[in-house]
Amino acid sequence: MYHYDDYDRALVRERVAQFRDQVERRLSGELTEEEFLPLRLQNGLYLQRHAYMLRVAIPYGTLSADQLRALAHVASVFDRGYGHFTTRQNIQFNWIELEQVPDILEWLAEHDMHAIQTSGNCVRNITTEAFAGVAADEWLDPRPLAEILRQWSTVNPEFLFLPRKFKIALNASAEDRAAIQVHDIGLDVYRQQEELKLRVMVGGGLGRTPIIAKQLRDDLSWVDVLSYVEAILRVYNRHGQRDNKYKARIKILVKALGIDAFAEEVNREWEQIKDGPARLTLAEYERVAASFQRSAYAPLSSVDLEHGARLSQEPEFARWVERNVMAHKVPGYSNVVLSTKPGLAAPPGDVTAEQMRLVADWAERYGCGEIRVAHEQNLVLPDVPRRQLYALWREALEAGLATANVGLLTDVIACPGGDFCSLANARSIPVAQAIQARFEQLDYLHDLGSLSLNISGCMNACGHHHIGNIGILGVDKNGSEWYQLTLGGSQGQQAALGKVIGPAFAAEEVPEVIERIASVYLQLRRGDETFLDTYNRAGLEPFRVGVYQAEGAAT
Amino acid sequence: MINLIRLLEGGARIIEDDPWQLLCDDKTPVPSKAILPLQRWKHSQSEAVLQGHETSSQGVLLQPDDEPEALLDWLPVLTLIAIDFPSFRDGRGYSQAYLLRSRLGWQGELRAVGDVLRDQLAHMRQCGFDSFAVREDKSAADALKGLQGLSVFYGRSAIEPRPLFRRR
Ligand code: HEM
Ligand code: SF4
Repeated sequence: MYHYDDYDRALVRERVAQFRDQVERRLSGELTEEEFLPLRLQNGLYLQRHAYMLRVAIPYGTLSADQLRALAHVASVFDRGYGHFTTRQNIQFNWIELEQVPDILEWLAEHDMHAIQTSGNCVRNITTEAFAGVAADEWLDPRPLAEILRQWSTVNPEFLFLPRKFKIALNASAEDRAAIQVHDIGLDVYRQQEELKLRVMVGGGLGRTPIIAKQLRDDLSWVDVLSYVEAILRVYNRHGQRDNKYKARIKILVKALGIDAFAEEVNREWEQIKDGPARLTLAEYERVAASFQRSAYAPLSSVDLEHGARLSQEPEFARWVERNVMAHKVPGYSNVVLSTKPGLAAPPGDVTAEQMRLVADWAERYGCGEIRVAHEQNLVLPDVPRRQLYALWREALEAGLATANVGLLTDVIACPGGDFCSLANARSIPVAQAIQARFEQLDYLHDLGSLSLNISGCMNACGHHHIGNIGILGVDKNGSEWYQLTLGGSQGQQAALGKVIGPAFAAEEVPEVIERIASVYLQLRRGDETFLDTYNRAGLEPFRVGVYQAEGAAT
Repeated sequence: MINLIRLLEGGARIIEDDPWQLLCDDKTPVPSKAILPLQRWKHSQSEAVLQGHETSSQGVLLQPDDEPEALLDWLPVLTLIAIDFPSFRDGRGYSQAYLLRSRLGWQGELRAVGDVLRDQLAHMRQCGFDSFAVREDKSAADALKGLQGLSVFYGRSAIEPRPLFRRR
């Protein structure tokens, strides 16, 4: 992973001092709340339902074991003993005192971490997939480019007061696990005859107006990535809407101008700067990339008799391996997903300080000392030799991090919803947990196969409900909580937005409705079709009928 | 203008006797050292100024919707350009300043006016402003402290066109 140098460290430290001063001025009344607001947001500090919430950056979701321990320390000393991993691959602490924030940031800075630009109308955390650098289907590690973009966008003076927040994601694998098509800019990195190229997508996003990104160009050279993104940002900063918060995202500008006119604007701007000093150098790429290089992998046999024996003797272990262990690009190694979705024991994404410390230890003992945060709100240990899987599984089981449900219905992605978020229309966590409880039976769950379920407590879509195969959106009807269901959403190369199935449901109906949807799927499924395949073939109608006819029959 | 900070000879100073007056309403007559919105400025200039033969005694104010490119023909006859920040959260002025300095070659005084506050001054400076009319209810002496900003700068800016990776 990337190692800070003196520049990075100095910047983060000076930034802490600057924010300490801003907090003092707020506390003394010198700064009004209105003046303080964008300053604190640019340092990841929200004012939420119960308390301040601090969002700490985990650039492209990569952490060292020591950094995870540092986060555990924040959770146990400054919060209530846990943290919440988010769909933006960051971590949030929900119970923070304003007075303590500078100390927390100082502690983080000592561990090469920060909360800069995790919120506010600026370029946010640059994200990529959790298996970057180790996925079996990847062309190359997207993280050096992500880090170069992170640096370039950090405290970039021209773009700190954009019309609205701005999210950039990169993918460099056959399968897109970073959901780049629902980002303001999505960069798809590929190799063409040894040259690194980028396909640039723009104007995707969820929220009130969900839109799949459009392709801006497909052959950008990697040396031009900074100037090209700069051109996009400048066009957006100058021409994006500012009078209406709901129309301020770049997707609305792209939609209003049309992609061709927008591309023309960007190109006109880019022509002026592309040969300037922002042009990347091989030396810089290699400097940053060197940080991410691993020491050579020890050659491991791709057959392991003991592992094979364990698989046949312990079906529970076999099931976990089937769902939670992902292919690695080097034979004999695996990437392990630690599920943070045990059901009633904890809300999706919540991890206790004690669990964080254990995961950090495992990363060192079984992996490469590195941990990833997946946008599905799980943790990933890359580089685990196959023969270590069993030992790791035993420990993870004990710690409540080995639920064998990755990619299954109970691997629910959920925003904090009404329990924590002041913008919510409805709660998310109890609904997620009620569904998890209903589908506890693992055989049934495994039979359903890959099926993503996403829940958001309001139309801001922090739980990415539009791109869940099943999406659940909390809506308010005359002051009570209702849930609107969508079907057929998906992320990845074939990104699609879900379609509304019909009238909304009360909270207690939701698990039953999900079960009806599942049984329609099981009836319709042909061969090994996934839920999404079946939906795409059969359409919404049979599901609608299955859900609402049963509804009618029951009442 | 009161509460004015200017960068001069490498340092920053509070200016007590700045002659410029920002004129956004329709007051006539126009004082000679007025800063006028673009349309108004155009209307009050002589033909010689508009033809680029004579220096304008008035400054021009760019509002967020204005295109800095519209000033191209008059840059040689202007002595001051002000950029309006109707709210400190409106970031269009940063791009306008950057374009004026880096693309259009403006070298005269570039002044931030409007909702200009201490915590934004360093960013404004990076984008090429060299004079700052701090909001009148705030202390300019205090705002001066905000000008420094951070010592590390990754990207490029109007005053440092090379990104850090070319300066390492
Ligand atoms: C608890 C405090 C939070 C607040 C106040 C908040 C606020 C918002 C708002 C207002 C939007 C809509 C933005 C827009 O469309 O312009 C949004 C979108 C989003 N937020 Fe949050 N959020 C919070 C927590 C979270 C959490 C915990 C996550 C991750 C689990 C998250 C991830 C996202 C994502 C992925 C989007 C969708 C952005 C898009 O593609 O358009 N947020 N949030
Ligand atoms: S989707 Fe709504 S309820 Fe959920 S975290 Fe985002 S803003 Fe809050």
